[in-house]
Amino acid sequence: MATVQVSEAEKVYILHGIRDDLRVDGRSCEDYRHMEIETDVVSNTDGSAKVTLGHTVVLVGIKAEIGKPRPMVPDEGYLEFFVDCSANATPEFEGRGGEELGTELSNTLYKVFNNKRSLDMKSLCISPGEHCWLLYVDVLLLQCDGNLYDAISIAVKAALFNTKIPRVHISADDEGGKEIELSDDPYDCVRINVENVPCIVTLCKVGHRHVVDATLQEKACSVASLIISVTHKGTVTCVRKVGGGSLDPESIFEMTEAGKRVGKALHAPLMKLLQQEESLGKKRQKVGFLG
Amino acid sequence: MASDMRLPVLRKAVSVSSAGSDRADHKDLVVPGDVITSDPGFMRGHGTYIDEEKLTASVAGEVERVDKLICVRPIKTRFNGEVGDVVVGRITEVQQKRWKVETNSRLDSVLLLSSVNLPGGELRRRSAEDELTMRDYLQEGDLISAEVQSVFSDGALLLHTRSLKYGKLGQGVLVQISPALIKRQKTHFHNLPCGASIILGNNGFVWLYPTPGQQEEEAGGFYTSLEPVSLADREVISRLRNCLLALAAHKVLLYDTSILYCYESSLPHQVKDILKPEVMEEIIMLTHHKLMEQES
Repeated sequence: MATVQVSEAEKVYILHGIRDDLRVDGRSCEDYRHMEIETDVVSNTDGSAKVTLGHTVVLVGIKAEIGKPRPMVPDEGYLEFFVDCSANATPEFEGRGGEELGTELSNTLYKVFNNKRSLDMKSLCISPGEHCWLLYVDVLLLQCDGNLYDAISIAVKAALFNTKIPRVHISADDEGGKEIELSDDPYDCVRINVENVPCIVTLCKVGHRHVVDATLQEKACSVASLIISVTHKGTVTCVRKVGGGSLDPESIFEMTEAGKRVGKALHAPLMKLLQQEESLGKKRQKVGFLG
Repeated sequence: MASDMRLPVLRKAVSVSSAGSDRADHKDLVVPGDVITSDPGFMRGHGTYIDEEKLTASVAGEVERVDKLICVRPIKTRFNGEVGDVVVGRITEVQQKRWKVETNSRLDSVLLLSSVNLPGGELRRRSAEDELTMRDYLQEGDLISAEVQSVFSDGALLLHTRSLKYGKLGQGVLVQISPALIKRQKTHFHNLPCGASIILGNNGFVWLYPTPGQQEEEAGGFYTSLEPVSLADREVISRLRNCLLALAAHKVLLYDTSILYCYESSLPHQVKDILKPEVMEEIIMLTHHKLMEQES
């Protein structure tokens, strides 16, 4: 993980600021930095999104492929996550440096999506026991400036919203076997219902309070943080604690409550934005990576 | 709780159409790949290469010519220190008789034990005991302000803090920007009238801190107050920090006047809103106007 050095006096300054609910950049404890979201940025994927949160930049691409369903759940498709940490983000990620963080992030994503509610996996099934859609969700970290989990989860949700899976027709051939035909029309596709896809909220415990969307400097002052994934209804699908420090039960309860509140409020503007972008259609001004 | 989500918008840089008179002394600016000259009589300097017998720029910057030698001085670069520069740096290592300091230059800078003021203002030879207690004065991660004493042949900097204005930095905020945006001035220490102080390091590290009271002066540069900073001071510092980032994002030269004008222009907005692109543009426009008015 990209880390920064912070001197003792700076730490004291940050700590007191958070105690007074005025952070170094003027935000209060439950404010996010401003976020820019753009979908459909990579043309050779089925769905993609780029999220900029402060100086954190995350790119997510989704590829749909036809595969064999897992034997335990023959009537469901599944997701595969992979997180790549680009050495552009920080020189520490060069070579195999980003591998550990990448696995940690992708494991968290697996956990977040490992339930029946967040995504309707049955809709990814083509023919039970034989064929299903499997979605490769590839995350690329382009810049790190703290709060990777939240940015990634929002980017994943936006990319899933953007994903267009080609419609398939199953026809039985003469020998009784099945034949899968992909639709030739690129506009003939199905969309994924992302209503219940959770967003991750990371709460960093700094001093006696907790903050959301911590910058790297604030992260350096915190001993432990709680990762909570929350759906738009406020259902918590996954909770993880990261960091070396310990949290007492009371503060975990407080942080979960705050996380639920913040997480719930995250979904409405996100969905509104995605729908607004969708409605613009071809008129949308594409910004991409050079804007 | 507030989250501000939006679609990205293509933004043009705020136009700085300063009067045509400025353009008279225009500089020779090149981008990588630009042919500087095809005359074989010139010598290849830093930032250039020979491509098909033509002298070509390898960095974006300003062409400099000394007799037959042609160099390109890059605009975006690490800090190239000169003697007398004020720098803000972070201690990365404590070694024998010296500290290593990260100052955004290519090599770590050196601060010798013999070029710091000892607490209490003692002037004497540094003993072995002083060497053992070096970490008590400055430890890894600490921030200091210092002056460049000399430059080694490899470009590494030798620093000194032999003045009461230099030394360890206490509570405050560090803002890192490009060294090219810091205007060279007579003094880089300012007590701004808005209620905070600023050290504009030539190396692009800017330190914002609450204006110290009188009683702290005799501390000798190693005492740091850990008393909580008042909320009012905090707000001023946060506002200045965001203003600095806004100015840097729009490539405005930083010096006391530009910072103050930007601060004044930002007053109608909340501190946390300053970094939103549209607010940022508005503030920078206002700052430009004020700066131009002041010039004429």
